[in-house]
Amino acid sequence: MAHPRHLSEPRLLQLLLIGIALAYLGLMIFLPLGAVLVQALQDGSGAWVAAVTEPDALAAVRLTLLVASIAVPLNLVFGVAASWAISKYEFRGKTLLVTLIELPFSVSPVVSGLVFVLLFGAQGWFGEWLASRDIEIIFAVPGLVLATVFVTFPFVARQLIPLMTMQGREEEEAALSLGASGWQTFWRVTLPNIRFGVLYGVLLCNARAMGEFGAVSVVSGHIRGETNTMPLQVEVLYNEYNFVAAFAVASLLAGLALVTLLLKSFLEWRHGDELAARH
Amino acid sequence: MLRGTSASVSVRSVSKRFSAFPALTDVSLDIAAGEFMALLGPSGSGKTTLLRVIAGLEVPDSGHVLFDGRDVTRVPAAERGIGFVFQHYALFGHMTIEQNIAFGLDVMKRRERPPRSQIRERVSELLQLVQLEGYEKRYPNQLSGGQRQRIALARALARRPSILLLDEPFGALDAKVRRELRSALRKIHEEIGLTSIFVTHDHEEAFGLADRVSILGTGRILEVGTPNGLRTSANQVVRSFLD
Repeated sequence: MAHPRHLSEPRLLQLLLIGIALAYLGLMIFLPLGAVLVQALQDGSGAWVAAVTEPDALAAVRLTLLVASIAVPLNLVFGVAASWAISKYEFRGKTLLVTLIELPFSVSPVVSGLVFVLLFGAQGWFGEWLASRDIEIIFAVPGLVLATVFVTFPFVARQLIPLMTMQGREEEEAALSLGASGWQTFWRVTLPNIRFGVLYGVLLCNARAMGEFGAVSVVSGHIRGETNTMPLQVEVLYNEYNFVAAFAVASLLAGLALVTLLLKSFLEWRHGDELAARH
Repeated sequence: MLRGTSASVSVRSVSKRFSAFPALTDVSLDIAAGEFMALLGPSGSGKTTLLRVIAGLEVPDSGHVLFDGRDVTRVPAAERGIGFVFQHYALFGHMTIEQNIAFGLDVMKRRERPPRSQIRERVSELLQLVQLEGYEKRYPNQLSGGQRQRIALARALARRPSILLLDEPFGALDAKVRRELRSALRKIHEEIGLTSIFVTHDHEEAFGLADRVSILGTGRILEVGTPNGLRTSANQVVRSFLD
């Protein structure tokens, strides 16, 4: 829509602002993304295919998918349960719970990883107990899952708390007054009302779960083909000056980011009103 | 088929506090089966809390609620056999009008639930009652405020409740729709003879619609009586509220 001339900024200023925004985007986002692709394909597509189908790379992909497929459902269930409790009920310690849910966002990922080493590592609080029972957590898959769950745990809840608070309790109360049980109310009324918010939260949670580096790096031990997730595999390859392979695996992660972004934009485009309840 | 069984309601010495704020203090009230009762008072008088205690949406700190002499104080809302109409309709936005009205029947246990054909019949019967025949396949957001409230009323009646509770049912509507709905509600009450309790802060509405009016202020019942009786009341507080 055209604005009357005297109500708009001067044309030159507009162009300058748009130019700065585009240049910044280009420099900070498109250039690095392009560099990843160029590097990954610099020895041809054959080398790219070889790099991503190499056994250790495939193991890293499988491990990343495994960790995400455990962490995301856990945080989905936790996130929905916590948001339900926080938005629909009054109880003591509610503010504290909200703050705690946000905690993983403000703690450095390295610390998030170290916490689990302190708890379950060989010298940790439960280290001896675990060792005597041959249970491996640190430098094994359970540790990766724990660290990932911890780091990604706010995504679903943060998305749902403002949405469910805004929706209030009236529809649930209506369902109860009509004879529905708690479960029926949840499945037939609450969940349909928040389904796109849930999807959105899961999407962001998944992107972070697959891409997490810091916390996972601390508990992983970097055993190739065993405890290296994709981001860790990228680092290992890069440190060995194996740039083509490093960027090939990185390009898979970048592809994941692009898919996430596309799905996210689609959800925002189709269901913007519902998602707008987030802060 | 529309006329169901009505229950009487007794509220015995009910008190309820929200954190430090007393919403109801030692409230007692008797409502006969089939009676149309208005709870009238300014905001903060406790009238909505009283309605929600009767519905089972709030549990009182002390006192009892009896339906037909049976103590239901600890019975959950879902099992009280009530219909509740909310100020902002609270229709289920993702369901059609038909699904909204049928909800109470759909969630019944399998062996109690009427067959599909009977549910559909009940829905069209109720749509006729609220004069919105043919709206089955629409969604709530395709309806006006007055139409939505009629649907909410039909939904609340679907399971043949023995008590109908309405929380400021016309509060969100403009004056003309409000008048139409008022007479529709009165007509429906006469048709099905259900015990009905409605909350309002509009004394014209209370006096024009109800058999008896309870006037509440700061969590207590100040006076109960018929519209005519209350107009000549000696109570100064009541008088000041009416004038």
